[in-house]
Amino acid sequence: MEKVYQRPKTLAAAPTRYCPGCMHGLVSKLMAELVEEYGIAGRTVAVLPVGCGAMSKNLFTFDVVCAAHGRAPAVATGFSRCAPDKIVFTYQGDGDLGAIGLSEIVHAANRGERFMTVFINNSTYGMTGGQMAPTTLVGQKTTTTPLGRDPLTEGYPMKMCEILSQLEAPAYIARFSLRTPAGVRRAKEGLRKALEIQLRGEGFAFVELLSICPTNWGLSPENCLKWMAEQSEKVFPEGEYSRAKEVK
Amino acid sequence: MERVFMKGNEAIAEAAVRAGCRFFAGYPITPQNEIPEYMARRLPEVSGHFVQGESEIASVNMVYGAAAAGVRAMTSSSSPGISLKSEGISYLAGAELPAVIVNVTRGGPGLGSIQAAQMDYLQATKASGHGGFRMLVYAPSTVQEAVDYTCKAFQKAEQYQSPVLVCADGCIGAMMEAVELPEMADPSPMKLRFFAAEKAGETRLAVTSLLTPDETQEEFNRLKAALYEKWEREEVLQEEYLLEDAELVIAAYGVTARVAKTAITVLREEGIKAGLIRPVTLYPFPYASFDRLDYTRVKQILCAEMSIPCQVIEDVRVGVANRAPISTVLHSGGVLFTADDIVDAARALYRKE
Repeated sequence: MEKVYQRPKTLAAAPTRYCPGCMHGLVSKLMAELVEEYGIAGRTVAVLPVGCGAMSKNLFTFDVVCAAHGRAPAVATGFSRCAPDKIVFTYQGDGDLGAIGLSEIVHAANRGERFMTVFINNSTYGMTGGQMAPTTLVGQKTTTTPLGRDPLTEGYPMKMCEILSQLEAPAYIARFSLRTPAGVRRAKEGLRKALEIQLRGEGFAFVELLSICPTNWGLSPENCLKWMAEQSEKVFPEGEYSRAKEVK
Repeated sequence: MERVFMKGNEAIAEAAVRAGCRFFAGYPITPQNEIPEYMARRLPEVSGHFVQGESEIASVNMVYGAAAAGVRAMTSSSSPGISLKSEGISYLAGAELPAVIVNVTRGGPGLGSIQAAQMDYLQATKASGHGGFRMLVYAPSTVQEAVDYTCKAFQKAEQYQSPVLVCADGCIGAMMEAVELPEMADPSPMKLRFFAAEKAGETRLAVTSLLTPDETQEEFNRLKAALYEKWEREEVLQEEYLLEDAELVIAAYGVTARVAKTAITVLREEGIKAGLIRPVTLYPFPYASFDRLDYTRVKQILCAEMSIPCQVIEDVRVGVANRAPISTVLHSGGVLFTADDIVDAARALYRKE
């Protein structure tokens, strides 16, 4: 019988160690598939800062450089400038990218650095146990907003695609929701566009993936998806926010 | 070797390029701005890369990325900026990445005076970040030494896969002197090995400072502790000046040591037998120089430092081990030493004897 689908060689045959229902493993697989499809495993480097996503260090079989919390865009800047033959991507969560690493991502994007960022937005700090993230929704209960996020004291969810799309340099900025299989397919096509921009050396690309955290949301995976449809996707709509007007 | 007249900061930058540095990231801060400015025009000439970082934090992390790619990299800053770089310096140490950090120090806590001072001794030598790591710390006292020790810093950073600090005060950064520059070193990429990756049987590039399981982290820490002991045996550098008959020994490093030498000339003309121990490596500290003094003859130790309170005294005390009284003569905040300051302090001590 012909084998029509298999684990890409760029993905380790190992347990993901992610919580049940978590979508990090899915995104790791999408990236691993793309790296294999384009035959670039030998020249791809993942820059992984701090957060649940950093566990993909042991899922990817290609090169990895682990960075400090929030600093992946700076590390990727140094790496990619020094290694122009490499395909570099950062893989960052919302606390990492939207809070402690806000400066690094904005300025790397503004310089049009030659790497892509995969941004997982699940509205919480997963690894540290469910604290408020910059992307936490108004009213969402977290361990540090026990009564729900109050915009009077905690402000509003930060929309990174919208913020970054104010910049001139980025070649591609888009957001996809991983809620449905169709969304996952759209997400993969978005990641593909971002990767092709890297292959063509056209500069910075940013793909935000709307995700869930059943453990810290305190919901079953199924109810997480429902909440996503009713809440998250309203605040963080899918779409391509910025596309290169011309080849830079 | 060509001999040129250069400002300290620019000499450090040129020395770095000649030592093979091909990546520099930095953020503006006085009194070291000539280093990034020089690198911005110089690195492209040698197919290197300059990035003006959005912060000191970003800059040191860019250096981390460049080093992970095998490229010799440097960042520079001044005291408040070094505090910001501390996070990245610790990560460099934890991930076994070579890099050179230059601190052109200034004058106090917080923003501090922007003028020359030596207020960062304890930070440089004891804890330039969390996690108990150490760095070789070179303290040049001339522009020529700034060149020489910047080059040495690159060699040692690569040899030990560790961040190395060049700790130059604002005087060294700002003054112009004639220097001999070395030939261009081979800038081809470094071949790096990583304990954590080898332990995990990695065949790919895998750079991390997160070592699992716990036993691996403990083993790493033991290896580094052994390395620091090796440094304390093999990497100590000091200058000993007129110690043979000295009854009063001045302890001073950096530009202050130059002023101390002038003071020693004056003191000896007056019959006061003064000498100097100048730590060249602030870490590892030349404890042995103080230990082997003949304390039947040496009656006084005088620490001269552009730091208030005196910081180097903490290591001098360890070396002297209560065998002679230790006094201080200090300036800071940008107030520079004159030779008279040190002469007066020495005279007062001598009269007490």
